[in-house]
Amino acid sequence: MKQATSPAGVERQDACPTRLTINGEIVELAIPPWTSLLDLLRERLALTGTKKGCDHGQCGACTVLIDGRRINSCLKLAVTLDGTEITTIEGLAGVDGSLHPLQEAFIRHDGFQCGYCTPGQICSAQGLLNEAQATTRAEIREHMSGNICRCGAYPNIVDAIEDVIHKRNSDPRMPE
Amino acid sequence: MNRFDYRRPSTLAEALSLATDPAVRYLAGGTNLIDLMKEDVERPLSLVDVNHLPLGNIEDTVEGGLKIGALVPNADLARAARITQRYPLLSSALLAGASPQLRNAATTGGNLLQRTRCYYFYDVATPCNKREPGSGCQAIGGLTRQHAILGASEHCIATHPSDMCVALAALQAVVHVESARGSRTIAFEDFHRLPGDTPERDSNLEPGELVTAVELPAESFDIHYSYLKLRDRQSYAFALVSVAAALRLEDGIVAEARLALGGVAHKPWRDREAEKQVLGQAPGREAFGRVADTILAGARGQGDNDFKIPLARRAIVRALDQAARAAPQRQVEKRIS
Repeated sequence: MKQATSPAGVERQDACPTRLTINGEIVELAIPPWTSLLDLLRERLALTGTKKGCDHGQCGACTVLIDGRRINSCLKLAVTLDGTEITTIEGLAGVDGSLHPLQEAFIRHDGFQCGYCTPGQICSAQGLLNEAQATTRAEIREHMSGNICRCGAYPNIVDAIEDVIHKRNSDPRMPE
Repeated sequence: MNRFDYRRPSTLAEALSLATDPAVRYLAGGTNLIDLMKEDVERPLSLVDVNHLPLGNIEDTVEGGLKIGALVPNADLARAARITQRYPLLSSALLAGASPQLRNAATTGGNLLQRTRCYYFYDVATPCNKREPGSGCQAIGGLTRQHAILGASEHCIATHPSDMCVALAALQAVVHVESARGSRTIAFEDFHRLPGDTPERDSNLEPGELVTAVELPAESFDIHYSYLKLRDRQSYAFALVSVAAALRLEDGIVAEARLALGGVAHKPWRDREAEKQVLGQAPGREAFGRVADTILAGARGQGDNDFKIPLARRAIVRALDQAARAAPQRQVEKRIS
């Protein structure tokens, strides 16, 4: 596995010690630098709620929150996130199993059909709430444009997010 | 993705010392580089993670402008009070680009260095002079809806994908770069290149050089501006044609005009001769139409993208008209007025 041609006389490291806080739990791992956050979550940590759609930052199915900011986990190398707090769809519900207000709203408004894009939609919506830039339907639509739903559940997704914004009851457990 | 060495320096000097080999890449937001690595278009031997360098601030300059650190995320830049109030053209262009997730990750410096989204550049199974110099161009004679109408060459018809850079071109920003050999500044117009016979070079950045900041001059065009972006869907798509327009009016007469186009060339397209044409005139569609005709006099379609020439003409006139009326294009309500 070693490459003889590494530059500047540096021997390549096959795994880097990395410390992450994932859904409130500290995780210390040796991670190969070419592992995306998405693959780390799904393949090593069995957190398969985060979905792999396009794997190229075009669909939003892999959206998670890093220190409260939504990003595409497919386009982040896990080793670059040393020291950060990551929240996935598995981290949104309460420890007692009670659903997050966004999860409840998506059910109430039927904000999905097949459900594949839903974890990304909900994490993205939490990022939208944290950003506090969207209140009108037009703003919600524009600020959710990074999440594609091939079933076309968009009107109900907007309804669900609008409902939560209007009730202003986003979960205090979520990082701002 | 190929295997590579990963380094995470904490000082600028250390980062620059690690990037002496041309097969080393600096990694910031990664939104384009990681994608290109997944496609095997980029195969770096080593990544130097610059995210821990102190390049994340926006500072006032003594000249009355702003110096934006290369690591300021696109989302933060778009929302910074000094940008929304003094350089709303830049904020508008940023918000027209990508998605909230990508803008959270993407950085100011990285945005400058993102590469074309030409399908043939991305597809390693096809020849591409940008990816593999001398191998040929499959885009010419192929699917060319997104390709260039200005400044292309027989070797490459790719377009630069950035929205932010179109605004920076109009605002006459200056790029600060550093390397182990020292530091220098590059005028924005001289930063990106036309393809010519070296399409493999997107910019005039030398190997090992790192973008450290983008400086905005004091003149900010905070009243008469507009960023008009036209694309195949209303959000989260690259521009077919975009226009950054900025005017300074004195007693109802154009005293200064800036115009940059995106989606039409290998770099944000500016035509200073065309801008001069409208000076001393009252703003109006006839005068703006003459500017558009000058800019597009040398335009050439590739077939699928022939529509971009009349589209660009109308977009130039409309964006200048919006700027003159101080009624900038809004990036949430997409209605064009």
